[in-house]
Amino acid sequence: MLTHRPSRPARRLIAAGASVAALALTLTACSSGDSGSGSSKTQDANEKITLTVATFNNFGYTDELLASYTKTHPNVTVKQEIAATSDDAKANFTTKLAAGGAGLADVQAVDVDWMPTVLQYEDKFTDLSDDAVKDRWLDWKTKQATAPDGKLLGYGTDIGPEAICYRADLFKKYGLPSEPDKVAELLGGKDASWDKYFQVGEDFVKKSGGKVAWYDSPDGTYQAMVGQLANPYENSDGTPKDLATNADIKALFEKVATESKDKGLSAHHQEWQTDWTASFQKNAFATMACPPWMTASIESNSGGVKGWNIANVFPGGGGNWGGSFLVVPAAGKHTAAAKEFAAWLTAPEQQLSAYKQANNYPSQVEAEKDPAVADSKNDFFNNAPVGQIFADRAAAVTVTPFKGPNYFTINKAVTDALVAYDVQGKGTVESNWNAAVDAYKALGLG
Amino acid sequence: MTALTTAPTPPRVGPPEKRRRRVGFSQRLSRWDVKVSPYLYVSPFFIIFAITGLFPLLYTGWVSMHKWTLIGGDAGYTGFDNFTAIFQQGEFWLSLRNTFMIFLLSSVPQVIIAIVLAAILNQNIRAKTFWRMGVLIPYIVAPVAVGLIFGQLFADQYGVINTALSAIGLPKIGWHSNTFASWTAIATMVNFRWIGYNTLIFLAAMQAVPADLYEAAVIDGAGRMRQFFSITLPQIRSTIIFVVITSTIGGLQIFDEPRTFDTYGTGGPSHQWETTTMYLWNLGWGPQQNLGRAAAVAWLLFVVIVIFALINYFVSSRISTSDARRGTSKQSRGRRGSTDRKGATR
Repeated sequence: MLTHRPSRPARRLIAAGASVAALALTLTACSSGDSGSGSSKTQDANEKITLTVATFNNFGYTDELLASYTKTHPNVTVKQEIAATSDDAKANFTTKLAAGGAGLADVQAVDVDWMPTVLQYEDKFTDLSDDAVKDRWLDWKTKQATAPDGKLLGYGTDIGPEAICYRADLFKKYGLPSEPDKVAELLGGKDASWDKYFQVGEDFVKKSGGKVAWYDSPDGTYQAMVGQLANPYENSDGTPKDLATNADIKALFEKVATESKDKGLSAHHQEWQTDWTASFQKNAFATMACPPWMTASIESNSGGVKGWNIANVFPGGGGNWGGSFLVVPAAGKHTAAAKEFAAWLTAPEQQLSAYKQANNYPSQVEAEKDPAVADSKNDFFNNAPVGQIFADRAAAVTVTPFKGPNYFTINKAVTDALVAYDVQGKGTVESNWNAAVDAYKALGLG
Repeated sequence: MTALTTAPTPPRVGPPEKRRRRVGFSQRLSRWDVKVSPYLYVSPFFIIFAITGLFPLLYTGWVSMHKWTLIGGDAGYTGFDNFTAIFQQGEFWLSLRNTFMIFLLSSVPQVIIAIVLAAILNQNIRAKTFWRMGVLIPYIVAPVAVGLIFGQLFADQYGVINTALSAIGLPKIGWHSNTFASWTAIATMVNFRWIGYNTLIFLAAMQAVPADLYEAAVIDGAGRMRQFFSITLPQIRSTIIFVVITSTIGGLQIFDEPRTFDTYGTGGPSHQWETTTMYLWNLGWGPQQNLGRAAAVAWLLFVVIVIFALINYFVSSRISTSDARRGTSKQSRGRRGSTDRKGATR
């Protein structure tokens, strides 16, 4: 033991030095990787590579579908990472983007709600414009993913054109026409307006003796209405409009607030809350704005309740709610191969198979015309011809609301005030509007 | 170790000069060993602390002085603008109020109930291990699952509790719309999760209380209650202080329970149950993505926690010194007496 003694501190020093070096290495390893550039990094076309595609909920991309890409591209293996909810996926997406893009999948699914972030940091994404895919999507879908300078940052997957879902049994019970065509006519057909919708609602609530509300929630209804304004909260150059003097929004707010609470048209729920989910089983309301993906939520929440149907009509023209894109982060190793793969995955054929899998209504013009979509029916909604209905609803969409970087903060300020008034019964219409304006001022947007 | 390292190296064969040099070098090494190696032994903690504790703390301070977005990063030095902006936000003060009230509503009943439960479990009951493990079950349920379960219980219109209330003719409680009710509901979730854990800590402390104290008390005719208040509580005082301090820190950083209290997790439309950590999260990772302001809130929360820790420290040291003073004064008096006596005899 004694003979080894002199070397002990030295060994310790070396060990300590090694551990410090290891830590330093780990730290530098963490910080490297944000040196991504937009250029293609695939040198050899036959190089064996693995592409990852990150999705959430259910995009309808089966393992067989992804494996079939390897058949035509033998050098590419595709892996899918699925997040349980879009919130999880969004947190993962923004956090990794904030870290310089390290760890993002080669192809990343992005909800239309996060597109403002993508557009704001367009340098972090690959420009996907390509003449081969130029007219693949509906115009307004392409517009949602196009940066001001004309770059196409995302390939559309599905869309959410809204129709009116209604309870035919409750309509019948309280003396309203219950056939889809008649209901569409009742709400104004082609000239359907929100005024008409609220007016019929007041009639319905009166006939039901106040037992059944007209729609589920103030925020869902407001969401549908605000989606029809071209510049709800911001000017097209991205500067926010002062909420205090935003007459359009104030009018919408007052309309929805008074109709929901004072006239009793809403079931006083906030969307996605526990009460809202439970209310589907309680005959609490008769109609709601529904994009294709909502039909799945209605079906799963309603468990056992029969009588839902879909009317091919939407107040105020068309409206879109939700839908997603595939983007290619610039930090990826194989951006060119990823772009090619994203183009393949959003081609009409693949999107058709996704529609069959997950009811995600395709955004591709070709796919919508395909009999597999156009002739499809939904048996839960009394065999409603959903393919036809949503194609008509998609065609009716004329306005793409401008959603800049501050859309969601301002929108939250207004919906919070609506919920506080109608769902939680606080204050007056005016005091809640003032609360929304105060919340806007606190953002310090100037 | 010191003895070993300073032990003289046994002389070896070889030229005298060379031997002297070798001895000198090894002595120098030994001196380094004595002086440096203790620091090396404790260094891993400090290195890790510097990386995971000190650096984030200082870096957060650096970020809080800048306009800083989550994805865009640094956008210029702004001095204390973020802090002044935070101070002007009603939402920040509401979040402090909510944090403090939820902390009071959870920590106080939590500690009291845990002590009572521990006292019961400390008795000679049947199936002891079963009950002791039973109280820990809520702790191993994932917080998000707790959120889901309590979401069903505390729903405003169709929740289990409100359904039961209206069945017996009582008015429904607005668990989400009424501010105080929302605090109570969240405090219930916190208590559900932590009472069992604290009970076990108290139980361990109670089992360390010497049995002869109780025996003496029984002989003196003390009843159960008297034993509990005069022996058990004073004996587990330091454990109580520990639990109070840890639950204070946990209470001020409360996040999971209020976040899972509704589907959106942003603290209610009028910020009824938005705590300070949720406010921080909403600022930095919500749609605003304002990391600069979030960092400022983090620092302010740090200051608040330090203030609370100081109050805790002050109060608890008062308690322990008053305890110790009584003890030491008796001892010193005794010692003084004995030395006096010794002096007298001398």
